[in-house]
Amino acid sequence: MAGGIKKFVVGSFDDEAVLFPAVKSVRKQGYKIHDVYTPFPVHGLDHAMGLRETSLHTAGFIYAITGTTTALSFMSWVFTKDWPLNIGGKPHFALPAWIPITFELTVLFSAVGMVLTFCYLCQLSPFVKKHHFHPRATDDLFVMAIECTDKTNDAEVQSFLEKAGAKEINVQHAETGWWIGRYDREQKLYKEKDINL
Amino acid sequence: MSLLKYESQQREPLVDGNKNYHQVTEDIISPIEMKPTRLWYIGFYISVGLLLFGAYSVYREVTYGIGQWNLNKTIGWGWDITNFVWWVGIGHAGTLISAILLLFRQGWRTGVNRAAEAMTIFAVMCAGQFPIWHMGRVWMAFFVLPYPNSRGPLWVNFNSPLLWDVFAISTYFTVSLLFWYSGLLPDLATVRDRAKTKLRKMLYGVASFGWTGSTKHWQRHESLSLVLAGLSTPLVLSVHTIVSFDFATSVVPGWHTTIFPPYFVAGAIFSGFAMVQTLLIVVRKVMGLQDYITLGHIEAMNKVIVLTGSIVGCAYLTELFIAWYGQNPYEWYAFSQNRANIFSPYGWSYWLMMFCNVVSPQLFWSRKLRRNITVTFFMSIVVNIGMWYERFVIIVTSIYRDFLPSSWSTYYSPSIWEIGFYLGTFGLFFTCFFLFAKYFPVIALAEIKSILKTSGENYKAKMTDIEKADSEKFYVEEVEHAH
Repeated sequence: MAGGIKKFVVGSFDDEAVLFPAVKSVRKQGYKIHDVYTPFPVHGLDHAMGLRETSLHTAGFIYAITGTTTALSFMSWVFTKDWPLNIGGKPHFALPAWIPITFELTVLFSAVGMVLTFCYLCQLSPFVKKHHFHPRATDDLFVMAIECTDKTNDAEVQSFLEKAGAKEINVQHAETGWWIGRYDREQKLYKEKDINL
Repeated sequence: MSLLKYESQQREPLVDGNKNYHQVTEDIISPIEMKPTRLWYIGFYISVGLLLFGAYSVYREVTYGIGQWNLNKTIGWGWDITNFVWWVGIGHAGTLISAILLLFRQGWRTGVNRAAEAMTIFAVMCAGQFPIWHMGRVWMAFFVLPYPNSRGPLWVNFNSPLLWDVFAISTYFTVSLLFWYSGLLPDLATVRDRAKTKLRKMLYGVASFGWTGSTKHWQRHESLSLVLAGLSTPLVLSVHTIVSFDFATSVVPGWHTTIFPPYFVAGAIFSGFAMVQTLLIVVRKVMGLQDYITLGHIEAMNKVIVLTGSIVGCAYLTELFIAWYGQNPYEWYAFSQNRANIFSPYGWSYWLMMFCNVVSPQLFWSRKLRRNITVTFFMSIVVNIGMWYERFVIIVTSIYRDFLPSSWSTYYSPSIWEIGFYLGTFGLFFTCFFLFAKYFPVIALAEIKSILKTSGENYKAKMTDIEKADSEKFYVEEVEHAH
């Protein structure tokens, strides 16, 4: 478990046109946006939040050239070294005839590699349980989670979000970072401790 | 109100009715939250029945050999390879819609891409059956894979178009599946978050891989979709090109023509769109999705049909002309006698193909007919029959009279098990499609939401009002902001 349990102020917006200025003002104010959860890709939101560009496509390119070299070197090795087969007296090193398979393997390596990398980076896999700040984040709400530190006055953040146009505001505790299926239990423990105090 | 994008008011809305984001979710998810209807059960059981008949036909073929089909020494490829090429072709429309139209930034793809991609995957599954079972000794099927073996190792022939097919079809299936499923993740998460029962929550939770909708994830998802679209575009063109190489690299008159790759690709997209029409006209009606799959969508697809149909027609005439102009007696015999001569044993199939693929789609030059559901549905069936006959004509009329007249085999007609196998793939296809329509969102939910404010009917109307009231102010506020 990395990251530990943290406190978040969560504000839900019902219009992306309100969300954009809100993201801007929250960042200006110096609050740390943990993440914004949206039901569809809102274009430009990543820039507004100051996220860096993804380099997933670079990974895709690397997988692609791996596919190309695998196909070409394997076929060359088989037909010129391991078992040179005489096919109608044609050259053993039949590069033009290998273009189709080389191309297919380029595409296959790139696609499979990229999807696996995507799942790895986003920590997506079956049986993964994650904290969902709002169930309607996949329906019609744009949910902003602001991370609180010891020094954060969360009442202040809440009123700030309200001014920025959030429709629903609450405070939640959640674990950040890596986890597989342990999240819910951890959250309950934390709450119980809270009550005992 | 600040809208983030601007779309010309001349364009038809892509989402009809007064919708907001939640309404979109409601409309698309609620059919899969309800119990299946009686109609669904009837359709599903008919499909399963066909699938079982197909399985029995395959069992006969495996037990007694390829002789169970009416193939013979001369006609070694008959219905089986015809069906294979036909099914692969059907698949192509899905990739065209999801990949090529994504690169071309065609907003209307959002309404139809999910179902079309599903169709692609199921069609490729059906297509794959034919070459596999046609091997006869199917338990040796793994011989097509280049694995280190105890026979030398004796490798597969990388110079053979049939092996290229193995790589092309399997890559196509894998990439289509990944593309489709990565697009499904956010929508499955929506179903999960709405689920009422524990079982549904668990199943859709597993299926949605724990998707949250984080901005960073969306950013990567967009990048992934774009690159997969970029990869799928040449891939889909390569797949039918390679299928056409099965014929074009041979020395059989009627087959060895250089026009085959573009001609096959155009034909594939043509038949694929016809199948998309057949399916979606039913789906939109039964599931009440007329607001999302509008007449505009149907018209757009009919435009693709008339375009690709005309390319195919042009290719037919070109190959006929070249056969004559090339002055190769065998080639000309194949075209003038085996095909174009209506009194020859299979002449009827050539003219049926010509009528279905070249003449009938020309109806779609009329806007009124393009927007007519009944005509479109009828035409989609006609086109699919026509495209099946195209493959039949190419395969059978080229080989039933070979270079040795004593081995001419004039009266090839399929056996019941050959037909049963074909019907079985229909069973497989529709069984999968019924399950898909029942358990998965048939429309790409997130994508519809992302175009709602630019192309939704109510939003477009609002924009027109602002535009009319003060066009200068509108331009500064809305249009500039969009760029």
